[in-house]
Amino acid sequence: MTILDCRPFLAVGVSFLAAILIAFSRRYPNVRESWSVIASFIKCGIILSMVPAVLDGNYYEWTLCQLTDTVGFTLRTDPAGMVFAVLASILWVLINFYSIGYMRCNKEKEQTGYFAAFAICMSAVMGIAMAENLLTFFLFYEMLTLASYPLVLHKRNEEALMASRKYLIYTLISGQLFLAGIVIVYCISGTMSFNAGGFLNTSMAPKWVLEVCFALLILAGSVKAAVMPLHGWLPAAMIAPTPVSALLHAVAVVKTGVFCVLRVIGFVFGPKLLAELGIVDVLAWAAAISIIVSSLIALRQDHLKRRLAFSTVGQLSYIVLGAALLTPLSIKGAYLHLVAHAVMKITLFMCAGLIIARTHRNNISELYGIGKKLPITMACFTIASLGVAGMPFLVGFVSKWNLALGALQAGKPLYVLVWVASALLAAAYLMPVCQMVYFRRDPQEHLREYGEVSYRMLIPICITTAMAIVLGVMPNIYPHFYQLATMAADAICVGWNGGWL
Amino acid sequence: MTQHTPVLIVLLPVSAALLCMLFSRIQKNLGSWIVIASIFGAFLSAVNVLQQVLAQGGQAVHYWMGNWQPPLGIEFVIDPLSGMLAVLATFISLLVSIYSRPFIKDEDWLHIGGYYTLFGLMTVGMCGMIITGDVFNLYVFLEVMSLSGYGLIALGGKKSMLAAFRYLLIGTIGASLYLLGIGYMYSMTGTLNMADMAVRAAAHLHSPLFALAVGCFIIGFGIKMALFPLHGWQPDAYTYAHPGAAGFIAGIMSKVPAYAMIRFLFYMFGVDNPVVSSALDVLGVLGVAGILIGSIMALAQFDFRRMLAYSSVAQIGYIAIGLAMGNMYGFIGAVLHIVNHAFMKCALFLVIGGIQYRFGEVNLYRLGGMNKKMAISSITVTFAALSMIGIPPTAGFFSKWYLLLGAYTGAQYFYIAVLVISSLLNAIYFFRILEQMFIQREASLTEVHKHKGKLGLPVEMVIPILITGVGIVVLGFYSVDIVTGIIKLGLPEVFLR
Repeated sequence: MTILDCRPFLAVGVSFLAAILIAFSRRYPNVRESWSVIASFIKCGIILSMVPAVLDGNYYEWTLCQLTDTVGFTLRTDPAGMVFAVLASILWVLINFYSIGYMRCNKEKEQTGYFAAFAICMSAVMGIAMAENLLTFFLFYEMLTLASYPLVLHKRNEEALMASRKYLIYTLISGQLFLAGIVIVYCISGTMSFNAGGFLNTSMAPKWVLEVCFALLILAGSVKAAVMPLHGWLPAAMIAPTPVSALLHAVAVVKTGVFCVLRVIGFVFGPKLLAELGIVDVLAWAAAISIIVSSLIALRQDHLKRRLAFSTVGQLSYIVLGAALLTPLSIKGAYLHLVAHAVMKITLFMCAGLIIARTHRNNISELYGIGKKLPITMACFTIASLGVAGMPFLVGFVSKWNLALGALQAGKPLYVLVWVASALLAAAYLMPVCQMVYFRRDPQEHLREYGEVSYRMLIPICITTAMAIVLGVMPNIYPHFYQLATMAADAICVGWNGGWL
Repeated sequence: MTQHTPVLIVLLPVSAALLCMLFSRIQKNLGSWIVIASIFGAFLSAVNVLQQVLAQGGQAVHYWMGNWQPPLGIEFVIDPLSGMLAVLATFISLLVSIYSRPFIKDEDWLHIGGYYTLFGLMTVGMCGMIITGDVFNLYVFLEVMSLSGYGLIALGGKKSMLAAFRYLLIGTIGASLYLLGIGYMYSMTGTLNMADMAVRAAAHLHSPLFALAVGCFIIGFGIKMALFPLHGWQPDAYTYAHPGAAGFIAGIMSKVPAYAMIRFLFYMFGVDNPVVSSALDVLGVLGVAGILIGSIMALAQFDFRRMLAYSSVAQIGYIAIGLAMGNMYGFIGAVLHIVNHAFMKCALFLVIGGIQYRFGEVNLYRLGGMNKKMAISSITVTFAALSMIGIPPTAGFFSKWYLLLGAYTGAQYFYIAVLVISSLLNAIYFFRILEQMFIQREASLTEVHKHKGKLGLPVEMVIPILITGVGIVVLGFYSVDIVTGIIKLGLPEVFLR
């Protein structure tokens, strides 16, 4: 049942309004940041209030105005979008506190612009999660690109400038190709509304047109999802302040990329049509290769944030691979991994940020024995690392289990090997860090500490770690990510079992 | 009373402009205020007439000068398309006329009076071209617009003389070609009234004279709208034009000939005959070349104004390819782009005019830290730049969207590639500016006109800048109303069959 309700737009609008208020309270840091915090709580409240009805199979829908003569500016909450919206809005609350702590601890400049751009990014993410049609989706997609650009550029130095240009080049080109793709989709089908199971079919256009169209649409998602060889911008963008890396480059921006892939595969083309076209195998191979190669590259990185960045590249490709396998279980696993990776990677990034803020050390080889100085932080880091490696009873396991089952369901057991190999590699590139911080002694014995213990930074880390454990033990605890993901995957794959079993 | 509003669109500014010198002699600012008030009056009349047209469901409003009935007398015809463009032209004219006051406030009466006389006459010329229903009358207004345009360009300072003279020479060729074209048409049809000519031309669509006439129109209007490769006069003219009037000149002056071309090709001749459709093919090729070469040339410029001028060449190319598609979506895209581009280009020229006013600086590599000095202007540039690139929900995206739809439905996939490439080139040269304005260290600039206070510019300048900046986003959200509420009501008959 469709419920006409403007709450989706309120959820988008609240952080937009906050951005304007933030821009006008430049002089008063406390007021400025409280706008951000208030907006994040309101947004989270609005999104969570919509969860029960969505679980019952209802949709909230609202059209603000017409965008073109036939396409509305419409938001709609389906289970797939809710997974992402709930996740991002909860994590925004946590990262908000963390940001305040981090930015003040490091005495960063341009904090007003930072918080304003951050709030706009969150609006865009909500819009992407709930967009009802491709054009609305594209609108928010471009908005996210532009709003995250100043965040990458935050340090205002030559390196940041180059990183931000690289980021823009990658995302704008893919965005324009995406636009060309949606024009073709619209012209051959006459509609742009997402529909679970897809709305295109082979009677609408010749196969090659559909394949070109799929390539154009998926390219935009793959760039933001940093599937190799389109990942170049992500490690470069790690120049941004750590909360930006944490939320945007581990949760929001890259997740909109994989979300875009999932939307295109599940809601525009649909598994049935894609199985017929066969072009999706190219995507699966690219994802599988980037899982392995990025893990190998991650092994060689000494800069902690860069190592995490390459780990992100690999983990995102899990989701893309899950989507590309086109089976109910693998798609469910993809949605679950979207949540799981966000929770784990945000923890890792926040730990890295805290280490940088407290010790001013960026490289893994300098982290001798800081486990003793920062015991809670490093404990959380270790737990999240184990989660990334896929240990049972942590959130990463649930999603990987489903992904692996999906690969079997698709009749492509080789992909299971990819996941196993990648889990081992993840252990190989994250465990040495833990070993370093606990069991190695600093030869020079002068670990200087900066600043005080900042609870604004520490508590969010503890909460996300707790989430990683709780979601690993009880995946379907409130807000019911597991059920939402199952609903999304079932809706996409209705009447389709992966074609093998 | 309301039956006379169509004529007021032209009559008010023309009388104010002609009396302007007299009033300026009495009190040096009086003339300028009278011209501004008359333009405001023209704007209100245009809005009123457009409302009448829309209230009649798109039925055109006819006004017979001196009650001489067509085809003998001159008539003004306002249909949804011309009504919309009349509102647009008078609105931009109003904004820029207010905006340009600080530039010449300190001059003597002769300069102020002269400037506003030219400004008023240019508005008259544009409005006249838009609403007239008579081909020779269109020529008269074209010359009124061009001659006052030459004057306004020549007012810009030393280098502008040459630019204006060059434009005068080339522009005269354009106008003469147009005159030649209507001469041919007159010899075939024996009428000058547009509606009448449209009916009578049907019998002559295969005559070689007709082909010659269409060729004359394309080249004549092509010169006036700076269509590649006939744009040679335009970069200099836009760069050295009087900085107060540049927004108006760059925003509207090249759009009105484009409108006239639409009037001839789509409404009078119809795009379904072989001569016009091959003319459209030529237009498409020129448009594509203009988009690519204009964008690349824009990349190479250091002078902000010159970069914008080349970007105009590219944007005129958008309009040209929209028309060249010859289908409904392409047409809608082209017309919508006329409106959107007028706003975007006007906004950008107003901002650079403001920077020039305060700092005397136009080099785009010396705009560092402008976001602190002139915050509102910087935000306006941001909106305008995003719109030029075509990022939703700014206005520029929507015209591009209809152009893309037109390209696909017309099976002209090549245009899709061109539009995508053009957006990316736009992104390069506009992000270069945004980087300068927001990121780079403050450039040391000397203030020509000292200005304290938060706005950074006199209020008369900030308000038009703000209106155009906000207008770009508002136009984006209301583009659907413009399309379904206005443009679709007045589509050429060809698309309705």
